[in-house]
Amino acid sequence: MCGIVGLYLKNSKLEPQLGSLLSKMLATMTDRGPDSAGFAVYGSDSDGVKLTLRGPDQAALRKAISGLEEVFTLTFVKTERDTHTVLSVPAEHEERIRAWLKVEAPGIDVVSAGRRMEIYKEVGLPAAVAERFDLASMIGTHGIGHTRMATESAVTTNGAHPFSTGIDECLVHNGSLSNHNDMRRRLEREGLTFATKNDTEVAAGYLSWRMREGASLQQALESSLSDLDGFFTFVVGTETGFAVVRDPIACKPAVMAETDDYVAFGSEYRALVGLPGIASARVFEPEPAKVYAWERH
Amino acid sequence: MSSYDLNQAPLRDLNRALHALRPDTNETHWTINGPDGRHAIAVGLDAPISVEIEGNVGYYCAGMNKLASVVINGNAGVGVAENMMSGFVHVRGDVSQSAGATAHGGLLVVDGNAGARCGISMKGIDIVVKGSIGHMSAFMAQAGTLTVLGDAGEALGDSLYEARLYVRGSVKSLGADCIEKEMRDEHREQLYAKLQAAGLAGEVNPSEFRRYGSARRLYHFNVDNAGAY
Repeated sequence: MCGIVGLYLKNSKLEPQLGSLLSKMLATMTDRGPDSAGFAVYGSDSDGVKLTLRGPDQAALRKAISGLEEVFTLTFVKTERDTHTVLSVPAEHEERIRAWLKVEAPGIDVVSAGRRMEIYKEVGLPAAVAERFDLASMIGTHGIGHTRMATESAVTTNGAHPFSTGIDECLVHNGSLSNHNDMRRRLEREGLTFATKNDTEVAAGYLSWRMREGASLQQALESSLSDLDGFFTFVVGTETGFAVVRDPIACKPAVMAETDDYVAFGSEYRALVGLPGIASARVFEPEPAKVYAWERH
Repeated sequence: MSSYDLNQAPLRDLNRALHALRPDTNETHWTINGPDGRHAIAVGLDAPISVEIEGNVGYYCAGMNKLASVVINGNAGVGVAENMMSGFVHVRGDVSQSAGATAHGGLLVVDGNAGARCGISMKGIDIVVKGSIGHMSAFMAQAGTLTVLGDAGEALGDSLYEARLYVRGSVKSLGADCIEKEMRDEHREQLYAKLQAAGLAGEVNPSEFRRYGSARRLYHFNVDNAGAY
């Protein structure tokens, strides 16, 4: 089943409320996905790259990060949130940091990298996951969340959404893909790497590849309609963009609401009822095989 | 008049109270506030009452309805009025997929658009959609009428039995065994009656519609194909 929520703010006055609005939306979708939950928040800008690291606990994360600081003889700005730590690093060090972590800190995963995006995900009920990371206090321009009922791979933190395969890019998915193994091989030939056997990670990788080749978010999603086979409703975030697409059969539900202040997505309307001004919002069902994209300029 | 706020009291209590109503009840008008997209609001009604819902509802609203009139002042999610037996359901906004699915009778009126699979497997319901309908509508429809003032999506009436489909706008494509049929006086009369029931008498001209129905090539077994099994 799975539940998806997304909120893209047009009015900056709502930015301090992004996390609290998103956390309520996420909790409402527990019925659709009680196994695990995750969310991406596009928050404050950083000079370099924000790496969101995940470990078994803070002790392990601190140990790995102090090891990194020793090697690079730098002190990183870091924000600790439960099993995740956001580390601000100079962009030129990103590759070396990833390589070092892979060898020296095998229990630590890099969940996401972005100038503005941070991703948090864990196994457990969505409200509890939001609480652990204190989503309600997060500030930002847009965010995407997912509640998972696993079908294609195990209930693990690595199988939780959102998936990120590029800087400031993330994707959540309701549905299942049937050509992900073939597509993964094709994308690996293009130089992409995948952390899991999950079908959704392939969809994220596909979009990253298309955008790397010069496509806009809108164009990348349009071509996904012919290249990805299966059931899907995708909600995608980039540093400045937010987009939604459903497969041509449209088996998986989707409801959107738009006002002058925001664009919101929910698997069901229930997820949107707490949003300000929802009673007068334009509420609509996105059409099958049609890309809806918003871009901040 | 009874009023019920779903943000103050549980949905299950509301449905239980509605199910307990006898056919001769005096509590004939109910107003429901705060639906907030909840699923299965006012399902399984079996008394000649009217229910007005103020806001957007979730899945299966007014499903299995018998005798009651249900008005939704908002949008409806998946499967509104599914398996309705009789009565009247009026949605003032849009509806999601599978509206009126498998329904045996009654009238469903949608002021806005309907999503995919509108009237799927319908068995006698009359559906009037003032906007457009999505793909695979009236799939395997068996009886009843589907009237659409706007356009129809892909594969309209796929594997259709005997339902009649009246569409005023364009049809993106017809499904297997669904064909356009001649619009005779009897059909214009039937369509007029359905438009009248939906409150559209005099506003919409029945002769602007085209009629679609079953070519009847699929649902009888053809003995020439026996060797294929």
